Amino acid sequence: MIILYSIGILGILALIYGLGLAFASKKFHVEIDPKIEKINEILPGVNCGACGHPGCLAYAEVIVGKNEEINKCAPGGDEVIQKIAEIMGIEASSAEKKIAVIHCQSGGFNNTFFRYKYHGIATCKAAILVSDGPNLCNFGCVYQHDCIEACKFDAIHLDENGMRIIDKEKCTGCGACVTACPRNLIELVSIKKRVHVLCSSHDKGAVSRKVCGNETACIACTLCVKKCPKEAIEMKDNLAVIIYDKCINCGQCADVCPTNAIFDPLKEVRAKKKAAAKAKADAAKKELEEKKEEETEKEETSKENKEKNNS
Amino acid sequence: MEFVAKIFAMAIAAIFVQNFVLMRFLGLCPYIGVSKKLDSALGMGMAVIFVMTMASTFTWLIQTFLLVPLKIEFLQTIAFILTIASLVQLVEMIIQKTAPALYKALGVFLPLITTNCAVLGVAILNINEKYSFIEAILNGFFAGLGFTLVLLLMAGIRERLDRAELPSSMRGMPIAMIVAGCMALAFLGFSGLKI
Repeated sequence: MIILYSIGILGILALIYGLGLAFASKKFHVEIDPKIEKINEILPGVNCGACGHPGCLAYAEVIVGKNEEINKCAPGGDEVIQKIAEIMGIEASSAEKKIAVIHCQSGGFNNTFFRYKYHGIATCKAAILVSDGPNLCNFGCVYQHDCIEACKFDAIHLDENGMRIIDKEKCTGCGACVTACPRNLIELVSIKKRVHVLCSSHDKGAVSRKVCGNETACIACTLCVKKCPKEAIEMKDNLAVIIYDKCINCGQCADVCPTNAIFDPLKEVRAKKKAAAKAKADAAKKELEEKKEEETEKEETSKENKEKNNS
Repeated sequence: MEFVAKIFAMAIAAIFVQNFVLMRFLGLCPYIGVSKKLDSALGMGMAVIFVMTMASTFTWLIQTFLLVPLKIEFLQTIAFILTIASLVQLVEMIIQKTAPALYKALGVFLPLITTNCAVLGVAILNINEKYSFIEAILNGFFAGLGFTLVLLLMAGIRERLDRAELPSSMRGMPIAMIVAGCMALAFLGFSGLKI
């Protein structure tokens, strides 16, 4: 009997509550804009915060509710922007893709000078607390891996020398590594800009040259500042800084840099292009000369023929 | 007059002497989790007052008119939890409709009132203390009031702590734990009150 009562009472209670809740959910139904749900589905869902909102759903809400710019999703890229534009019925103004650039070439096994061997907690933040970090350069990479840990897209990895390499394809420009690096070595730069000053040392030239294990410190010689045709390089506290808005990727600064602190990935491409252009010009010249020779030969033969005819 | 005096004594007991959070150590999850901002603490407190009062009402009725007559008191816990869970769902819907900002601020802690042991605690205490119907409702209300008071105090202190100069290792949770301990000690002082 008790079993029956138990089942009956709990069943009836549950039924009453269920019906009550069903009624309440109808009565207190909140209309949610279907656009928000659609946009939330399109967004990558990594909740990286690059757009400046706490998570993808929050971003979707402000797009619909407060007409927020739709080009702020860094991980999504152009594809996502186009899709959101379709839903919202507005023109897409595509965001310039930015990727992370590490402004230091030191920090590997072979190219770092160490003050002491660090055996503490394996994060950069902890390492730089111990007498300014294990590496001699007070501004350089400390050879722990906070940036790699911070990257949600597996876009930073180590090469055989223990150097951090940023994968251009995978990097979405979310900026997680920028905030993770305690030495502020990483910056988000438009993917179109290829020439970078890969040093962050504000030491004087003589000092930075000595402490840099890679021997690629900026020694503040100002050669690049003088060479730049667009005045796109500035000296800030003994460090050359490229003003990316003005930079045209010409690579002349990299050519004059005595320490190779300025890196120009297009150097080889440019050299090849130059060589090709030169070869082309040479070939054209040769052809011209050959033609001329042929013509003179023809003329000569025709002259000879004429002379023969005349005679 | 006697009734009023009894109610007054009950209020003092529920709010100070036998405070649910600091003396009975019930409902500690929202006490730590929702005490970062004064606004959301107030909202949470109001929600808990509502749920506790409603839960006291319904559970007393269920206990007296269903469980006792049928001699199935052993179902007390499960029946009470069922009731509380439904009430919390109801509150959640109402808040989402009427105050979306509060709904967002409370976040996951709103559904967590369901498993807030303070609510179940007050329901079971009402039965154990053999309160009458009116007394049970009032006890639920006062218990919620006590919870809200402590939550607000904690939120006020933590808002100030955010701006205080603390050693970095003490920031956030560690100092909150120490503050909670100090508050519990302070409330221990009320245990001498007898009316």
